[in-house]
Amino acid sequence: MKAIRDILDKQKPLFEKGGKFEKYYYLWEANETFLFTPNETTHSKGAQVRDALNLKRLMITVVIAMIPCLLFGIYNVGHMHFLATGGVATFGEKVLLGATVVLPIVLVAYVAGGLVEVAFSFIRRHPINEGFLVTGMLIPLILPPTIPLWQVALASVFAIVIAKEVFGGTGMNVLNVAMTARAFLYFAYPSDMSGDVWYYMGDQQYADGFTGATALGIAAEASITEGTQNVVSTLAATDGGLFTFWNMFMGFIPGSIGETSTLMALIGALILIVTGVGSWKIIVSVFAGALGLGYILSLAGANEFMMMPAHYHWVMGGLAFGAVFMATDPVSAAHTESGKWVYGALIGIITVIIRVLNPAYPEGIMLAVLFMNVFAPLIDHVVVQSNKKRRLQRATV
Amino acid sequence: MSQHIKLKKGFNINLAGKPQKVVAESERPETFAIKPTDFLGVIRPKVAVREGDIVKAGTPVFFDKKMNQVMYSAPVSGEVVEIVRGQKRKLLEIKILADQEIEYEKFQEYSASELAGMSREQAQESMLRSGVWPQLIQRPYGIVANPEDTPKAIFISTFDTHPLAPDYDVLLKNQASYFEAGVEILKKFTLGKVNLGVNADAEVSPVFSNAKGTQVTKFSGPHPAGNVGVHIHHVDPIGKGDLIWTIDPYGVVQIGKLFLKGIYDASKIIALTGSEVKEPKYYHTFIGGCIDKLVNGQIKQDHVRYISGNVLTGEKISEKGYLGFYHHQITVIPEGDQYEFLGWLKPTTSKLSFHRALGLFSYLNPKKEFVLTTNTQGEERAFVQTGVFEKVTPMDIFPLFLIKAILAEDYDGMEELGIYEVIEEDLALCEFIDVSKHDIQAILREGINLIKAT
Repeated sequence: MKAIRDILDKQKPLFEKGGKFEKYYYLWEANETFLFTPNETTHSKGAQVRDALNLKRLMITVVIAMIPCLLFGIYNVGHMHFLATGGVATFGEKVLLGATVVLPIVLVAYVAGGLVEVAFSFIRRHPINEGFLVTGMLIPLILPPTIPLWQVALASVFAIVIAKEVFGGTGMNVLNVAMTARAFLYFAYPSDMSGDVWYYMGDQQYADGFTGATALGIAAEASITEGTQNVVSTLAATDGGLFTFWNMFMGFIPGSIGETSTLMALIGALILIVTGVGSWKIIVSVFAGALGLGYILSLAGANEFMMMPAHYHWVMGGLAFGAVFMATDPVSAAHTESGKWVYGALIGIITVIIRVLNPAYPEGIMLAVLFMNVFAPLIDHVVVQSNKKRRLQRATV
Repeated sequence: MSQHIKLKKGFNINLAGKPQKVVAESERPETFAIKPTDFLGVIRPKVAVREGDIVKAGTPVFFDKKMNQVMYSAPVSGEVVEIVRGQKRKLLEIKILADQEIEYEKFQEYSASELAGMSREQAQESMLRSGVWPQLIQRPYGIVANPEDTPKAIFISTFDTHPLAPDYDVLLKNQASYFEAGVEILKKFTLGKVNLGVNADAEVSPVFSNAKGTQVTKFSGPHPAGNVGVHIHHVDPIGKGDLIWTIDPYGVVQIGKLFLKGIYDASKIIALTGSEVKEPKYYHTFIGGCIDKLVNGQIKQDHVRYISGNVLTGEKISEKGYLGFYHHQITVIPEGDQYEFLGWLKPTTSKLSFHRALGLFSYLNPKKEFVLTTNTQGEERAFVQTGVFEKVTPMDIFPLFLIKAILAEDYDGMEELGIYEVIEEDLALCEFIDVSKHDIQAILREGINLIKAT
């Protein structure tokens, strides 16, 4: 350790003010603070000691929480490939195939996003933001495995520039950065983001009779086609019994790389909640909102999709992943504790509205999160306003 | 029947180096200093003495041109040896070389029974002249009280929940009669009540239990349950235009002594605490005493920080520095100017954290006493985390929104979000737990100054 420190100390003057590489100071700082927490001490007045938590540790905790989703996603991409092509493979082969598909996407997202961060740190003279640790991992997990790598790069760059850096960087953004990346691709390259994109096929074809549908696609179909049978049995009957509740809960279904498994998202949720990094109020209220509206719709029951048991909404599509990792983004979510309940519940509700009542989009969590990102400040405003009113009431003048 | 308010929000910073309840003797300091910078709200201090002057305990050494009735006095008798000024001739310290035997300025002496009949003007006159007046702090703003005001209530917190805080039982042993007399005097200054906030988790000290005519409210919970700002918020909150005075029990005792003994008695007991102190104990000293004799031979190592006050709200001083006017403790902790390899990632049980993020295990062992250094534990960043400041602020206030309103210089926002109700110590825990490492207390003071100037 001391040897590394000595090297750093020797080079440091080059990057400091007046040094040869002064412009690259923040790149230097990012590397230095990555290796060593700085020797900075507290000021002479005020708190003389500080809590051990810093932003880097906070962000890496979120990354750790996403790792179950990533690992399962890698396996599932391989698993789905062999299922769809009708091939037979061992666990190892599935993981290997999944890794060769997924890891390049992760790598591209990190590299492209990282370059943008570094470029902005030069231009705007601000430190390289740790938030990028999380964004770089989130973006791959919400993309389909068939996404072209250049689109991953483009989306990362777009999202970090437009959703984050123009607002001043981590902590200042209005919209969830990763969801912005996905929305960008969804609207810019729709053919690569929906339809036949959820199975990585390589150069192979679907096996006989395999439809390649997704759960939400099947359910949405049921809402517009008359005379269809019960959604639950249709789901279970498609593609060799693929979409049973249990399969969907575990995640052995097609979908975005990291989104399919509700179980893995819940493990992530557990990590976030135990560590206090993610708001349990938001996670719980998203699930509750979706269940609540799902239940009301099933009572109304105008078509087969509506009559689907409400808890199916929890395991279909990206709701669980979105609730755990997207809605809880502290910067773009509501900042007040009571506001978080409203914010989360509305995300759940809007997700189900978009899924069930809107014929255009089969999945709703992305638009719900982005929509509520925009409304989070309004929710906070109402909460803070009521606090101000209480305060004013007891004023004597 | 007194009210009992149970507070859940807050956080106890459990540090190593708690003082044993023993008052030890230490050599008396040779020099004493009054630091105008200790008194918030003093804008234009004017020195009333010259280098070489001989003063007695209770002789005014400076006053504020803006509020020139209030005298700031010498704590001991002796010779004014140095008047230290900083940049732009800012007055920093007035140093006094103490006599062996302290001589006191003589003020009018009263018997305990005479106090009740005394007028406010009479009491005020002695208090202003003698130097005890600055013990009275006005809320909002946390500045020295203006004698021309009449507060709606006076609040006294009889316990301190700060890290390693000294015990008032030890600080004020056998001073009950003075405390009682002090409260009797304070009652003259308000049309409302004199409020005592007491600790519901401990037996009420005999020092406080005899004071008559006070409204007692019990508080329990983690720090900042002992902060007088929290008590005010729950008992008689401050709105715009309200005025409340606060005073700590030592100040009350000083007022009592002024009237019963006729002297300005600046002697006090303080605690020498912290992980780097060999034997943390209590010691006799005086307001403004130099700490050199006190810490001499008491410290485990060289690379330490001396803090006048506690680790949340205190001030760094040198090893030859002087005790702050309002402080009852000196804390000594290790200086943290070391790099740490992968310090942001390594799992640790030795660093204290309110949070439980990756690898921070201090919450598993809440009874453990931690040794904390002065390292900031990370770099300053934009605000990211939400909802945590509220967890350590037992008030109906949104600290994060208040801080943001201050940074935006949004005057209406500051007022409406409760800037009148808080001073630095009330948000000190927010500063401690802040992931983004902002100087919350300094930001708050800027906001208070902005609001005060309007």
